[in-house]
Amino acid sequence: MSTKPKINFFNELNTESGGVREIYQRYSEWLGTLPDGKLERKSAEAEILFRRLGITFAVYGEASDAERLIPFDIVPRIFGAAEWRRLEEGIKQRVRALNAFLHDIYHDQEIIKSGIIAADQVLNNAMYRPEMQGIDLPNQVYAHISGIDLVRVAENDFYVLEDNLRTPSGVSYMLENRRTMMRLFPELFANHAVEPVEHYPQMLLKTLRESAHPGVSNPVIVVLTPGAYNSAYFEHAFLASQMGVELVEGQDLFVHQKKVYMHTTEGPQQVDVIYRRVDDDFLDPLAFRPDSILGVPGLFEAYRSGNVALANGVGTGVADDKSTYLYVPDMIRFYLGETPILSNVPTWQLSKPDDCKYVLEHLPELVVKEVQGSGGYGMLVGPTSSQAEIDAYRLRILDDPSNFIAQPTLALSTCPTLVESGVAPRHVDLRPFVLSGKEIRLVPGGLTRVAIREGSLVVNSSQGGGTKDTWVLED
Amino acid sequence: MLARTAENLFWMARHIERAENTARMLDVAHRSSLLPLDIDGAEAFLWFAPLNITGCASIYEQKYGGLAKAGTVTRFMALDPENPASIYTCLHLARENARAVRGAITSEMWEVINGTWLELNRLSRQMGDDDFPEFFDWVKDRSHLFRGVTLGTIVKDIALSFLKLGTFLERADNTARMLDVKYHILLPSINDVGGAADYYQWGSLLKSVSAFEAYRKIYRDAISPLRVAELLVLSDYMPRSLHSCLNEVEAALIDINGVSGREVRRKAGELHASLHFSRIEDVFSLGLHEYLTQFLEHIDLLGYGIRDAYMSRREMVAEPSASTPLAFAQ
Repeated sequence: MSTKPKINFFNELNTESGGVREIYQRYSEWLGTLPDGKLERKSAEAEILFRRLGITFAVYGEASDAERLIPFDIVPRIFGAAEWRRLEEGIKQRVRALNAFLHDIYHDQEIIKSGIIAADQVLNNAMYRPEMQGIDLPNQVYAHISGIDLVRVAENDFYVLEDNLRTPSGVSYMLENRRTMMRLFPELFANHAVEPVEHYPQMLLKTLRESAHPGVSNPVIVVLTPGAYNSAYFEHAFLASQMGVELVEGQDLFVHQKKVYMHTTEGPQQVDVIYRRVDDDFLDPLAFRPDSILGVPGLFEAYRSGNVALANGVGTGVADDKSTYLYVPDMIRFYLGETPILSNVPTWQLSKPDDCKYVLEHLPELVVKEVQGSGGYGMLVGPTSSQAEIDAYRLRILDDPSNFIAQPTLALSTCPTLVESGVAPRHVDLRPFVLSGKEIRLVPGGLTRVAIREGSLVVNSSQGGGTKDTWVLED
Repeated sequence: MLARTAENLFWMARHIERAENTARMLDVAHRSSLLPLDIDGAEAFLWFAPLNITGCASIYEQKYGGLAKAGTVTRFMALDPENPASIYTCLHLARENARAVRGAITSEMWEVINGTWLELNRLSRQMGDDDFPEFFDWVKDRSHLFRGVTLGTIVKDIALSFLKLGTFLERADNTARMLDVKYHILLPSINDVGGAADYYQWGSLLKSVSAFEAYRKIYRDAISPLRVAELLVLSDYMPRSLHSCLNEVEAALIDINGVSGREVRRKAGELHASLHFSRIEDVFSLGLHEYLTQFLEHIDLLGYGIRDAYMSRREMVAEPSASTPLAFAQ
């Protein structure tokens, strides 16, 4: 038997001496007053609410029960005002630097010229889009909507796990979780001053309006979805209806003389801003994957010509790639002249022989990920994997080491969570959603994901993770 | 509005209305089957009607052979996912259409449709033969609820107009089919006006379109085939009559308006006018069956006309220039 490494986890509810942290004080007292079985009843009620609302997602590769609910945990995760302010500052700083980086590499490439990042790292990256070179975007913003995944390892230590700059999802859960909590526990909101998040769709609409090309006075905005069978379709429809804009599919749009139009009951209507939830590859069969039926032929040409704005822009993937991630602290120093507020997770690049050697020798302690993977698919969590799983993964690494990175197994903080045995600590992360238009905005809070299984560190919904309402308390 | 959204709204409403009509039809067949039937093959005769009305007799025959039996027809028409006209299929399609336009309907409407679908799946797993009458009431209730929630929550814009088009086109189609098929079945007893069997048979037709009370109120007399036909075709008091349906269809088309709808508005106006100004004697002199056949053809044409005017994808072919303004929205 190999001995698993012992890790100390930060507990967000309790202090080290066993007391309750101040921000959880009031909640904890309230919890103590609940009669037996009340939380369980409320939890069952929440599930009925979610199912009736149809807040479901599809799991790829699962034929049966194609529409599944993400487990919702009814114990909120709570932040104090001061700790949130610092987080917020760090997140905004990071997104500002990432957008500056994207503008730079698609224009003068100063960061390469100054030797901070190798040309090869950027230009030979599969997510780099040479077609974007020299194109000017409104506000010089590429990533209008970003999801920054954070984990907490100590009272004052947060790590950025990854930056999601393509089509990050989950914001509808943030909003529905809050709505459900307010419906189930109005008394909690009466005695806690919780910062609201409900205005996110209005903020998003504002950001999208600001992102139209100059000269468009009253932009027509649409949300572009791959369709009703996409795993995040609920969210696409939800955001469109909350913003009061049309939800379109590729087949509803067409391009005429480098302008984009939608088919309406009264004929064609020009579209100025597209919040697209379709990946770059599928946007335009003429420019990218020719077999795409989700896209709009000619869309990219219209975009290049400055006749339509896309959010997010094309080619943002080069900045949220797991190998580019390593350079974000450097970007903050280079573009902003600031000290990074949030830290990166120490990362080994398996493309480097020394790193690769170290990682292969320490697989049972590490987390190994594919450079371009997402959603928790295809990753190895050493401490919770069997020897056979580790051996199988080793073969995959040896096949193409440069396709992987590794990180220490992070000591994700725990939050009180309702499980079968009662309320118990479970590991969580946090995804705040950041909007970039003429300025950078985010609502106080985000989506907290929780690994429901005891001891598990994988919070992805596709891997059985759940979500929680996330509270930021007012001062 | 997006052309595809209009199409989804139209079909969502149409499928809910169709589910309700099928439930009504089966409910009546059930009630009729409780009456004494002294002719041989009466059961097959009676139960063939729902198949005939909904046009799925051939699928049924392929699956079960020619003989229509109460239990099999009921299940086939209510719960069979392979039957494109079953209540199950209609409610499924209504939900799929609703899902595609979630942004364009209110959350209350979505909750009714989604809740109906989830409940249907639960019910269908455990339904015994005795449970069907209750099930038909449930389907009608859900349809009523959907209409009520729609009118109570939706903004009165063209989304509502497309929903109304779907509802009333389907209802007109259904009332015409019911009357046509039932009339054939009941025709042998036409000399027997006022007899007990006749009273029940015509009564059941009226009940299936919720017109029994209306008949009593308006005519205060024994049930006669001529008056039944008059009530269901020409009366505009009766919410399920052809005339009432066409009132709504024409009004919805006028609300939607738009250059591309000119021809379909004309067609609807023409059909409406013919119902408005016809006398039942004229209808019978043509022959009720012939009249209804023609009516159903017109309903089909209206459906195609609506599709062409509002739901098709019209790209710009001509080069836009200053002298030829295009029909842009806004």
